[in-house]
Amino acid sequence: MTVPLVNITDLSLRIHGTPILRDVDLAIAPGQVTGLVGESGSGKSMTALALMGLLPKGSQTTGAADLDGTNLLTLAERAWLNIRGNDIAMIFQEPMTALNPVHPIGAQIAETLRLHGAPRAEAACIARDRLDRVGLEGVALDRYPHQLSGGQRQRVCIAMAIARRPRLLIADEPTTALDVTTQAQILDLLHDLVRDDGMALLLITHDLGVVAQMADHVAVMQTGAIVEAGPTEALFRAHRHPYTRDLLHASQPPPRPARKVADTPVLQARDVTRRYGAATAVDRVSFALHRGESLGLVGESGCGKSTLTRALLGLEPVQGGQITLMGRPGGTAMTPTDRARISVVFQDPYGSFNPRWPVAKLITEPFHLTGRPDDARSRAEAALTKVGLAPSDMDKYPHEFSGGQRQRIAIARALITRPDVLVLDEAVSALDVRVRAQVLDLLADLQTRLGLSYLFISHDLTVIRAVCDRALVMQAGQIVEQGPIHQIFDAPQTPYTQTLIAAAPTIPAPWLRKEETTP
Amino acid sequence: MKGALLIGSVLTTLFVAAALVSLIWLPHDIARVDIGARLMPASLAHPLGTDHFGRDLLSMLMAGARTSIAVALVAVGIGLFAGVPLGLWAAANRGTWLDEVIMRGNDVIFAFPSLVIAILITAVFGPSALNAILAIGIFNIPVFARVARGGALPLWTLDYVMAARVAGKGKVLISAQHILPNITNLLIVQATIQFSLGILAEAALSYVGLGAQPPTASWGRMLSDAQTMIYTEPHLTVLPGLAIVLMVLGLNLLGDGLRDQLDPRLRRVRL
Repeated sequence: MTVPLVNITDLSLRIHGTPILRDVDLAIAPGQVTGLVGESGSGKSMTALALMGLLPKGSQTTGAADLDGTNLLTLAERAWLNIRGNDIAMIFQEPMTALNPVHPIGAQIAETLRLHGAPRAEAACIARDRLDRVGLEGVALDRYPHQLSGGQRQRVCIAMAIARRPRLLIADEPTTALDVTTQAQILDLLHDLVRDDGMALLLITHDLGVVAQMADHVAVMQTGAIVEAGPTEALFRAHRHPYTRDLLHASQPPPRPARKVADTPVLQARDVTRRYGAATAVDRVSFALHRGESLGLVGESGCGKSTLTRALLGLEPVQGGQITLMGRPGGTAMTPTDRARISVVFQDPYGSFNPRWPVAKLITEPFHLTGRPDDARSRAEAALTKVGLAPSDMDKYPHEFSGGQRQRIAIARALITRPDVLVLDEAVSALDVRVRAQVLDLLADLQTRLGLSYLFISHDLTVIRAVCDRALVMQAGQIVEQGPIHQIFDAPQTPYTQTLIAAAPTIPAPWLRKEETTP
Repeated sequence: MKGALLIGSVLTTLFVAAALVSLIWLPHDIARVDIGARLMPASLAHPLGTDHFGRDLLSMLMAGARTSIAVALVAVGIGLFAGVPLGLWAAANRGTWLDEVIMRGNDVIFAFPSLVIAILITAVFGPSALNAILAIGIFNIPVFARVARGGALPLWTLDYVMAARVAGKGKVLISAQHILPNITNLLIVQATIQFSLGILAEAALSYVGLGAQPPTASWGRMLSDAQTMIYTEPHLTVLPGLAIVLMVLGLNLLGDGLRDQLDPRLRRVRL
């Protein structure tokens, strides 16, 4: 390995006395991508913030982070002003909030340069150059953030970060909020910057596929410590540390083996159309979901999958076509009893529950549809047990549970009326891979035991592949392709599906051992 | 800031306690005029002295606190009970004509200078504490409607509201069970602010003679009664003025303190 640009040795961090990082050693080499992977709360972002001198109040650090012979950890705030932007710059996860909505993008890029004394005209000139560099040749400097797409905004963030040609760029989950095709483009851009400009990139992510594709070196973090580090391919092939093995295993759930499902449709859509004024969000969508089947619905943001979901749940009227649930009129035409036959689990484990209600009240809410049965409490307890929680959790409040447990509570709530169809709207997208694997196992188990049919909506193709029998691919309001899961993945017919599948970052198959590729 | 909450609650408690005590006991009867004892200096019998009718100043201040608090409390109550449902209903029907009608109606009330309308109402229906309450209360309605709607709007996009809709619950039930409990913090803070504004408004109306009528004691009227003697007997103006200032200050500090305590986002920033 070449001489590192930044060398972190024995970095430990306490915030208000709570240990956050323990003896972190990390060398970041110029012209290379260093991946830092781990689950939420493992300390990845705190490591990055330590490198930017942006740790929260009450932080105490020991150890060293060496850049050109200076220890960054002991710098005064005034000295940091020369480092940030100049030597080290950072881009964040959420391009929607990283830009100031009231300033044009050119001014925001030029701001860093002006702060360091560049004259206005020169700053504007450099800003133009950086925008061209990040692939926004056609975008004028006087555009405002709201006039750009998510991917374009992330490019602007990158242009801001590289305005003063920093030697180290820290990217904290830079593509997590983006669609797969956009993600692929942003990753390409970052890769180019490293290769052409000799910049060092510290890539922080939870996604092992992204790391496998991008990083030269990888460090794996768990609960504030680096458990394993090394050249990417060697580390992936070796499977030395049990935690790395777990992560790999969980992030590559095996594809669902083909199985026979009964040919009885439970939920059917025929030419369903939903228009908002002149715009058509859902355009003549037809499909059938059969008893005991898992049907995937894949598409990028804005393709109409959320609108379709709301229409299927009877929350929005449709302007054309028909929805049928269990042979009866579906959508907004459902009676309360019909509505009890279809339920939903949402993405956000934090926004899914009224924070002021105890679990018992939360999961029995759907009884509003059927009238509260006498054995409501015991049924709630049974539902909790079914999803792997204890009946004693009934009187706790949502904030007392972790993200994965909350998703289990959401599943319990969805099951309480003993529905036939469960709509899983990005239900595992916000979870860490190991927790995600557990929830997916639970869902598979519930399906076999209760004969449930799943409509599984996700942007994550790995998940769709692992749990679904068939999949629908949606683009611009239309179903462009549908078929058995192996066909969608192994022999996609339409160019759009092919792009989607090619764009998803994956770990090369030879890097994985047998047990990770086959069940 | 913990200090704001502490000072605010101490001041507020002090005045509320004085008002409550005045309900059952006053040092002296304030309805009885005793010219012989007029303008007495502070003594054991009259800790703050007497006014130009020989009434005990301390008793007047205590009874005045009762009037102020009663008027402001009922006025805030009117605002809460009419404004919050309107705001919740507007939020539940956001983007429809109902929302427009409710909020534009609010704008119309907002567009009138409140004190002038209050003067108009009391001028038409005659000056009394009740009319002062009504006048102040009406102008509290749009304030609470806006706060309730503003707090409710982001909640309507949350998944738990969506889950309640999937569970077949309608707008009224969702507003009552999911929205209202989660905007109470906002409402409590706004209520303390409106409360202090109500006390100011009552003092102002009484000062111009349109609020509570004699023999009911009122800080505002104590001020106007004593203003001709401001050079000879300054304490007669200073004491009710100070009472108004301290009560309003206390309520504002309490409101600020509560906001910091109840809003988890602000609390985290201070960490």
